[in-house]
Amino acid sequence: MTTPRLTAPAPGHHLAQVNVGRTVAALDSPELAGFVGQLAEINALAERSPGFVWRMVDEAGADATGLRPDRDDDLLQVNCSVWESVEALRAYVYRSDHLRVLARRREWFHRPTEAHQAMWWVPAGHRPTLDEAMSRLATLRTHGPGPDAFTFRDL
Amino acid sequence: MTAEDSSIEALGALADPVRRALYRHVADAPQETGRDAAAAAVGVSRSLAAFHLDKLVDAGLLTTSYRRPAGRGGPGAGRPAKLYRRADTEIAVALPPRAYGEAGRLLAEVVERAGLDQELQAAARTAGAERRPSDLPAALRERGYAPYRDGEVLRLRNCPFHALADEFPALVCGMNLALLQGLAGEEWAPVMDPGADGCCVSFTRCEPRDDGRREV
Repeated sequence: MTTPRLTAPAPGHHLAQVNVGRTVAALDSPELAGFVGQLAEINALAERSPGFVWRMVDEAGADATGLRPDRDDDLLQVNCSVWESVEALRAYVYRSDHLRVLARRREWFHRPTEAHQAMWWVPAGHRPTLDEAMSRLATLRTHGPGPDAFTFRDL
Repeated sequence: MTAEDSSIEALGALADPVRRALYRHVADAPQETGRDAAAAAVGVSRSLAAFHLDKLVDAGLLTTSYRRPAGRGGPGAGRPAKLYRRADTEIAVALPPRAYGEAGRLLAEVVERAGLDQELQAAARTAGAERRPSDLPAALRERGYAPYRDGEVLRLRNCPFHALADEFPALVCGMNLALLQGLAGEEWAPVMDPGADGCCVSFTRCEPRDDGRREV
């Protein structure tokens, strides 16, 4: 790696993350009912997790299911949030009840065919836009992992 | 000295039965263990336990920390107690050499990329069910999960798939849950219950269906 210290942000920085996933059917279909039924609970869990800062929501304000990262793809869902540290995000994603949902990901989401998640550092207080998040993902897809866009596996 | 030499040397420290019993007690304990507790558990004197525990630290199998017993502090509280816990280092020796870990990592990488989570979980559930034991805690102990009771919950101190689970958490933890679902009979219900360390699965007792008596 030519990009040391990804895990250690400059002082006053937080970790932003984005991930996208293509559902196997529409959100209001029976196939997705198990996922949609847990969404509110799992978002609430994120919000009360140590180190949670912010998560992106659509106009309705409850979750991000109304956001369309790709205008031509109604099945593409996006998740974007900000955390105090890599460890805070890791604990929520892999060491909380979120893991229960994660282990069932292939029941609800197609397997990704290219990079589907990215992380980057933002000044504390910054709230990423959808365009910004998607451009970080594009950076990772084009240039591979680096300080501007990386994943857990690059740390 | 090669890596294999170092591993064999570390394991050599376990040849003594008392020392091995002390290692197992500390490694399986949910919390850090003091000399008195370890000595009592194994049935040896405190000084003999201390001698062997420190040999295990020298061999890199245990690590130590110092802490005062809860509720004591300030002047007159005495010296902090020396506490032992299992070291994080993994030691594996196979003679003749075998590299199943490397094979497992490559297989996991491919299964992850192919998105075969559900197929893996189905295979794991079947493998568990084919070997369903009559005594689940004993079977879990034998498989290295280091189970312990926490009130009515059966928790697992160790994750036998640790390094793979660390690299492919969703895939491997999902596989492990399915395996444990297969192993568990009517009496225990496995649930994903990740804590700070150890296995991400715990078990709760199921209520018996016939006699109407509640076990919990």
